[in-house]
Parts: sequence; structure tokens; C-alpha cells
Amino acid sequence: MAYKQEHPWLTVVHGGSPAAILRAPQNGWPAGAERRIREQPAAIHEYFPLAGQAVGRVPVQPETDPHGLAFGTVDDQARARLLAALAEVLPAGELAAEVERLYRHGDDAERRGVLRALPLLPDSLVRLGLELVADALRTNDPRLIAAAMGPFAAEHLDQAQWRQGVVKCLFAGVTLLAVADLVARTDSELLRMARDLAEERRAAGREISPDLRALLGMTVLMALVPPRAEGDRR
Amino acid sequence: MRIFDPHIHMTSRTTDDYQNMHVVGVRAVVEPAFWLGQPRTGLSSFTDYFDSLIGWERFRASQFGISHNCTIALNPKEANDPRCAEVLDVLPRYLGKDGVVAVGEIGYDSMTRAEDEAFARQLALAVEHDLPVLVHTPHRDKKAGTARTLDVIRESGADPGAVLVDHLNEVTAPMVADSGCWLGFSIYPDTKMDEHRMVALLKEYGTARILVNSAADWGRSDPLKPYRVGQAMLAAGFTPAEVDTVLWQNPVDFYRRSGHLMLGGDVPADVEVVSFAGNSVLRGGS
Repeated sequence: MAYKQEHPWLTVVHGGSPAAILRAPQNGWPAGAERRIREQPAAIHEYFPLAGQAVGRVPVQPETDPHGLAFGTVDDQARARLLAALAEVLPAGELAAEVERLYRHGDDAERRGVLRALPLLPDSLVRLGLELVADALRTNDPRLIAAAMGPFAAEHLDQAQWRQGVVKCLFAGVTLLAVADLVARTDSELLRMARDLAEERRAAGREISPDLRALLGMTVLMALVPPRAEGDRR
Repeated sequence: MRIFDPHIHMTSRTTDDYQNMHVVGVRAVVEPAFWLGQPRTGLSSFTDYFDSLIGWERFRASQFGISHNCTIALNPKEANDPRCAEVLDVLPRYLGKDGVVAVGEIGYDSMTRAEDEAFARQLALAVEHDLPVLVHTPHRDKKAGTARTLDVIRESGADPGAVLVDHLNEVTAPMVADSGCWLGFSIYPDTKMDEHRMVALLKEYGTARILVNSAADWGRSDPLKPYRVGQAMLAAGFTPAEVDTVLWQNPVDFYRRSGHLMLGGDVPADVEVVSFAGNSVLRGGS
């Protein structure tokens, strides 16, 4: 059990449901901003940068996630509410253009807000969402990488990109708690990559992080499966 | 000694600098948008630069326990290139953002008409967005340039208490002191000011409304100069509280007017700070 406490991502149910993403920050600012955005959608460009000043920037679950990497921050939640309001009033094409603008013109916090809100947006924005996730995974900023590997990535990223994202988390020191549906999507190829990474680190005399060690632990479970025989099409 | 360097171009500095700055007590910086040595030729290289000031550079600083804020503007030198004029049109989208604590550096380089125009327009933007202003004073023809700078500021209707006039020296300090603007001094290894002349000026003017910076960039400069000024102040008989006023409290008071100042990290608790992102130091990777 101690093992699971050390690695809560083995058991955690990720907060990817709309209700969890939208949980209300503790003041009235988002509600007022949502109202304005429903009346005048362009106002979102005025409100989006202000979220941190208005509701603060603390992690949503500080005890389990002190940097807000896994479950985001209260300003992430406030921005998600603004985007959900925008999605109610704009047709798909315009919505995609505005969401892309908010991301491209955003600072790191605004970009995180967009990434974490992707599961709330209609299916017509999946292609844009994948572009933005790929953009975030090209950065070296752990908070962007973490936000990119949430429930949207779990649902839509192809397996090769998703594996690269997980390994990027290991490199960037992002807790694997940030990776939604990690256990369900982990495959033998990811475990091979993890083993190779561990081998490189051992050869270099470097430390194996607890998260990497835990992934390797999953390898042990896989090893219980008998190796494939020649011609075995399983 | 806790230090807030109110003017330093960290984009041009190394991680060793960040480390050494942290060792001597630097916990916060403001990086003004300026020119990069190599002239830019279009809008997107400016917006990429601005984005790095509010993104990557802020993150880089946070890895070393230093809060990074910035000022955004079209600098006077590049204001002379018509290909860069459209930068003025995209500035408003940056001015409401966290960590964007002033419009700057604006002002004069060669005192051309194009510089006049960019200076006036950006002063108006600062007034409109209720933001402080960081004003660069020219290297050449400095005295006349500073006098003209103060005239333009007066005409703009900006509150002098929200304007910092930078790169001053013994000759230009008196007129800025009379104007009610804040006085900025850049301490350089060879040019501008040195720490001992700075201490002499502090004895003459006192510690109110005075900011000391390294203005370190891609040229010969030294990010530890504010620390050296602190040491020189103590050696000259200033109290630790007076050193703190100049090296910490004054920059906090000036840039706090923006409402966007982000301070965090291991700043001692005797200053009222806005916490930022849980003060986290996160490790970068590839």
C-alpha cells in the first residue's frame, strides 16, 4: 500500500469530467465574466489574462499536487469556465479561431488554461486541440507539458505521440500524476522506452526518479505475461 | 540583503548569472523589452520576443528562485524602422497580462520624428492602461535628450509618480528629481555609473524615489552590480534598512502600481508579496 501512496497515479481517478474542470473558484469573478462573454464574446480577450489576478493562482489540490501540475490551479478553472461560456455562444468555426488566438496570444498561464479546458470544447475543435497539445509538448515548460497530457490527450492523442509525451514528462520532472489514464494507455512499447531510459540513466550514474521506478514496476507486472512464442499471433 | 533588479535583460544572460544573482540575494527582476543588438525586421520577431519575456524567460528565472517580470514596448532605436511600426498595434494585448509591470523601455535614442511619435503614442497607452512607464534616456546628447524627455512626459499627462527615468548620472539626475519622476541609475563596469559615484548620489539625494539596476544585457555588464552598490552603501555608513529601501522596497513600490507585479520564491516575509504559482521551482528538461 505504501507503494500506491507514493505513486497516487496508479489509483487516481483523473479529474477530467466537465464538473471537475469547472468547479467554481471561491469568488464571484468568473460568473460576472461569463455573463459578459455570453453578451459579447470578444470580451473574453479582456478577461482571459485577468483570471490569475482575480481568483489567485493556487493549486486546486495542494496536498496531493503542490505545483498544480496534475489538477491545475484555480485560475486554470476560472479560464475553463470562460471558455465554456464562449463555446455556448459561438458557432464552431468562430470558436476555433478565438480559442486558437487565446492560446497563441497567451502567456504560459493562459495557454495552460486553454489546454486544460480542451475536454469541455465541442468535437469540432479536436483538430485544433491536437495542434495546441503538440505545440505545448514541444516546449520545455513543465506546467505546459503537464497541462497538455490531461484527459484531452488521453482521449485523442495517437499512441506514438502519447508515449513521447509520457517520456517527456519523465525528462522534465513532471509527475506522472499529470498524465490522464496513464495505466489504461500504457503499453509494452512505453515500458520498453522506460526501461531504455532507466538503462541510460544507470549507465550515466544518474538517479532513477520514483515515477520512472514505478513505471518500471509496471514492467515487472507485464513480465508475468509469458513471452511470445514464434508464430504466436496473440 | 534582498535585491530586486528593476532593469536587467536576462534573455542575454546565462544560467550561471541566475545562480550567482540568487547567491547574492536577487529574488526579483524586471526585464524591459529592448533591442537585441541585431535589428529586427518585422512584427513576428517582436511578438516572439515579447512571448518569451512572459513565458520562457519567466520560467527560466523561476528555476533559480527568482521572480521575473517584464515591461513591454517598441524601443526607441527600432521605432526608426518603418517595418517595425506595426508593433505599436499589438502592444495592448500584452499590457493586461500578469507580470507586465510597465510600458517600456520607451524614450529617445537619436531624437528623430519617428521616435517622437512612438514615445508619445506609448505614453498615451500607459495612461490609458493605467500602467507605470520605464523611460530610457539617450546615450548621446544625454542632457538635452533628458530635458526633452521630461517635456514629452509632462505633455502626456502621465503622473510623474508612475514614471521611472533611467540611465541617469550626476548631470541628468537634478532635473529628473525636480520633475517628480522616479530616478533610475544603471551601474556598469565601464560606462554609465559606478557603485561609488552611486553612493555619493544617494548621500546627496537620499533614498526616496531612487532605483539602482545593473541594466545587464549582451554587452559588457555585470548582473551583480546592485549587490556591489549595497555593499558600498553599507561601507559608507548607510543602514541595512536604507539599503533595503533602495534595492528592494523602491522597485516593489514602483512596479506594484501596475497591479501585475508577481513576487514569490523565498523572499523574506517582511515584505507584502503577491504569491505566484505556489512559489514552485520546477525542473526543466528536454
